[in-house]
This record gives sequence, structure tokens and C-alpha cells, in this order.
Amino acid sequence: MTKTKNATQTAVEKAKGSDGARTSAQAFEIKVGLAEMLKGGVIMDVTTPEQAKIAEQAGASAVMALERVPSDIRRDGGVARMCSIEVIAGIQDSVSIPVMAKVRIGHFLEARVLESLGVDFIDESEVLTPADEAYHVDKNDFKTPFVCGATDLGEALRRIGEGAAMIRTKGEAGSGNIVEAVRHLRSVVGEIRALTTLRPEELASRAKELRAPIDLVRFVAAHGRLPVPNFAAGGIATPPDAALCMALGAEAVFVGSGIFKSEDPETRARAVVHATTHWQDPGEVLKACRGLGRAMEGIEMKTLAEHERLANRGW
Amino acid sequence: MSPSSSHSWIVGVLAIQGDFEAHLKMLRALGEVRDASLRGRAVVGRAVRKVQDLDGLSALILPGGESTTISKGLAREELVKPIHEFAAAGHPILGTCAGAILLCRSAENHPVPTLGLVDAVALRNAYGTQVDSFAQLVDPGCAPGFEGMRCVFIRAPKLATLGAGVEVLARVGGEPVFVRDGKILATTFHPELTDDLRVHAALVAAIRE
Repeated sequence: MTKTKNATQTAVEKAKGSDGARTSAQAFEIKVGLAEMLKGGVIMDVTTPEQAKIAEQAGASAVMALERVPSDIRRDGGVARMCSIEVIAGIQDSVSIPVMAKVRIGHFLEARVLESLGVDFIDESEVLTPADEAYHVDKNDFKTPFVCGATDLGEALRRIGEGAAMIRTKGEAGSGNIVEAVRHLRSVVGEIRALTTLRPEELASRAKELRAPIDLVRFVAAHGRLPVPNFAAGGIATPPDAALCMALGAEAVFVGSGIFKSEDPETRARAVVHATTHWQDPGEVLKACRGLGRAMEGIEMKTLAEHERLANRGW
Repeated sequence: MSPSSSHSWIVGVLAIQGDFEAHLKMLRALGEVRDASLRGRAVVGRAVRKVQDLDGLSALILPGGESTTISKGLAREELVKPIHEFAAAGHPILGTCAGAILLCRSAENHPVPTLGLVDAVALRNAYGTQVDSFAQLVDPGCAPGFEGMRCVFIRAPKLATLGAGVEVLARVGGEPVFVRDGKILATTFHPELTDDLRVHAALVAAIRE
């Protein structure tokens, strides 16, 4: 009954290639292990230790430490960078749940700093201003697990090939509009389903079209899922938004501006947690919808120019 | 009970938050290998989110996840008293990592309300943050049947000040990582993240003790 290596590890190991296998399959298993622990939960953006405590008390499974939530980053403009160390460390000291923090796409030195600080998960995020227009961080080379955004299956598998231990939809951060997260979830899940119907000889061509490592494509075709957990993010503002993402195949949700830009963050945080646990039970989601106060303001996608869309960052 | 009985054992997995799907997968796998501990019975897993989901269960698993989050959920769903009654009725329970913390008599380093079903103190995040997570084989000299078990530790707790009635089934690096208090089993590692079914088989074996 005892087997030490599962198919996920083997596929990821192969995808990394022989010379690129600096990180053992075991290390990857440990990174994905934490992502597994976050399933069924809600990861909340917080900017202060007080907000982090509110999130933890409301039942968040992790917090994302930020200086500004995405809707404020969008409003303020300018260059958005890694959060200040004092803010992250203050949040780490105030809660027992895992603390995540964001780095700019490709900024592997920001990532090294966060690894040294001992954050539990690094989000290589399109919400911050990209630092590199050609390369994402080589995430295999880190002990800290990474989560990356994706808009479709090819992008998800490219990030996993680079070592990401969790994928989330990009959605459209700070928009309060669920439509982009829904589009990205349907795209990833639909493309996974389509892969499972292909014959083996068709997979190499599909891998080329997806611009994704062939071994990861084979893994997805054989198992009908990504080799790492698949979460939803970007525009979740209400309990039914969270339940919708779970129903479309997300295994957990990130809520950014949606909690602390609403009228009553504490109540809304609890409600989103409740709806995420009970997404299959409309009666429970209804309970979560009562007495919430106003949600954050939303943005209609048509009013956002292409260059204003954060999901267009990364490739 | 008759070994030829055709009815199945239903094992509940608390599904408030965490890696409950991984445990349900282990239970499906246990059914498929027709483990000797099953004596020909089927094992069926069931996600438990509400009190009524406990009806008809033969055993319960508290999964890995975030113990603070799951503890809040237990209170919100008013599951604490029904789980105590479930244990008092002689049904076995297995807790892994966060689940083990919740089973202990208390938790230190960011305390959470616990169920007090295992006479030990859980020291949360005792190995450090995620960069200190690791996998390692059990020390030699473990209880028979668990030799060579590979243990995955994710932001794991340690178990301290074990009561006299607590049996240590396995250690890693000298620390107790798999303990048993009557019919309650607790691991600080995650058997559900490997293909090793022995811990889950031990839970099912405890049903008919």
C-alpha cells in the first residue's frame, strides 16, 4: 500500500526537465501540501494587523498582506510594488493562519526577500506593476510556495511548469465585478474537460497550441484536473459570488477589495466564508446574504480600457 | 457483528474547510483495495457540514486545514456537542494536523477552542512557517504495522504533555506524531497527502473494536 511518489510529482518533475530539476519532487509536494490545506476556504486581502485579526476571527483560511487593496491601487495609479516589510511582519505577528504576500511579476529579488521573511505563500501577481516583461520568476528554485494568476489553461500550465504550487484565476482585481473570474474559470475548467477527450497522439499538438509543457498536458488529460489546486480570484464581492466560483470548479476563493471596501467588513467576511463552505446549499447561501450592508462599488468592464485591465499583465 | 454483513461503514469527513477531498479519496481507495480490516464490508465516505450529516456514521475524520478556521466553523454549525456525543457513543475519530489540534485537550501558541478528546497539548506551528515544512520517515521502533511510513508535515503542530492513557504509535525525530487515546487517533502529519492507507485502515479497524 505504500507508495512514495504520486503521479502529480512525477509529471511536474518531468516537465521541469533533467537539468532544471533543482527542486526535488518532495519539495514540490510540500509546497502543494499547503495549497491543499487552504481548500474550501477564503483568503482575504488585509492591509493592517487589525484587519488581519478581523479576517481570522471571521474564519479566513489565510490572509494576503498588502499596503493597498487592488481597488485603491487602481484608483491611485503609479507603480505598485511589494508591500513594506513592517506591514507584512506586523500581520505575521498578529495571526496564526498563513500569511501570503505579493511580488511583482518577474521580480525574483522581492520574492527572495519574502522567502527570507518566512511568508507562507508568495503571489506573483498582476495586481502589482510587472518588473519583467519577458520572464516570470523561476519558482522551482524557491522553498516558499507560489500562487500565480491565469486566464486560461495554457497560462496555468506555464506557471505550474515554472513551479507554481497553486493557480488562481486572474479575474479583474479591484473591479468588484465577477464576470472576468467566471470567464477565466470556465476557460480553464472547459479546456481541462476538452483535454480528457483527446487521443494520446493528439496531446502533443494541443500542448503546442496551449504553449504548455507536454508532461503537464498529459497529466491533465489523464486526471481531468490541474496538478495543483485551482482557486478563484478577482472581483468576488458577495457570498453568492464566492458560491458561484465554487460551483464552477474553484477549490477555494480569494477576496481582495470585496471585504474591506464594503460597508460592514466583519459581517461580510463571515458571510463569504459561510457561503464558500455551503456553496452546494442555496438555503445556507441565502442565510449568508442577510444583513450584509452595502457591497463595494463595482466597475462595468466596458468602462475599463485594455491598458487598465490588470488581467492583461503576464503571459 | 457478522463479518459477512453486506452493509457498509460510513466514515464522515468534516468538510467545513481544508483537505477533506483528499480524505474522501483515501476512503474510496481503501474500499477499492478491499483491505483486510474491512472484513468484506464497503467503506463509504461522506462530507460532514451540518449536525444531521453525522447520522449513521461509524467513524469521523477531522481533516487538515486551518485549525482556527475549522474551529470557528464547528462553533458556527453547532457541531461541538454532537461530536462529543459521537465520541462518547464509542465511535472512533481520526484527526490529522489541524484535526489533531482540535482533538487535543488544549492548544498553545495562538490558542483555539478544542474538543478535548485526546489527553495532550497541541503546540501550533511548532516547527515554524511553511519554509520549515518537510517530509520524513517514522523513527524505528514505532507500533507494529506502521514501519517505514512517510510523513508529510505542513506547518505542523507538536504534541506535548501526553496523558498516561495516550499511546504513542509513531515518532519522527523523537517527537510523537501519531497517538491514540482510546478510540481517538491523531496524527500531526498528513497521511491523506500520500498513497499510504495504513492510518485510515487503523481508523476503520477501530470501528469494530
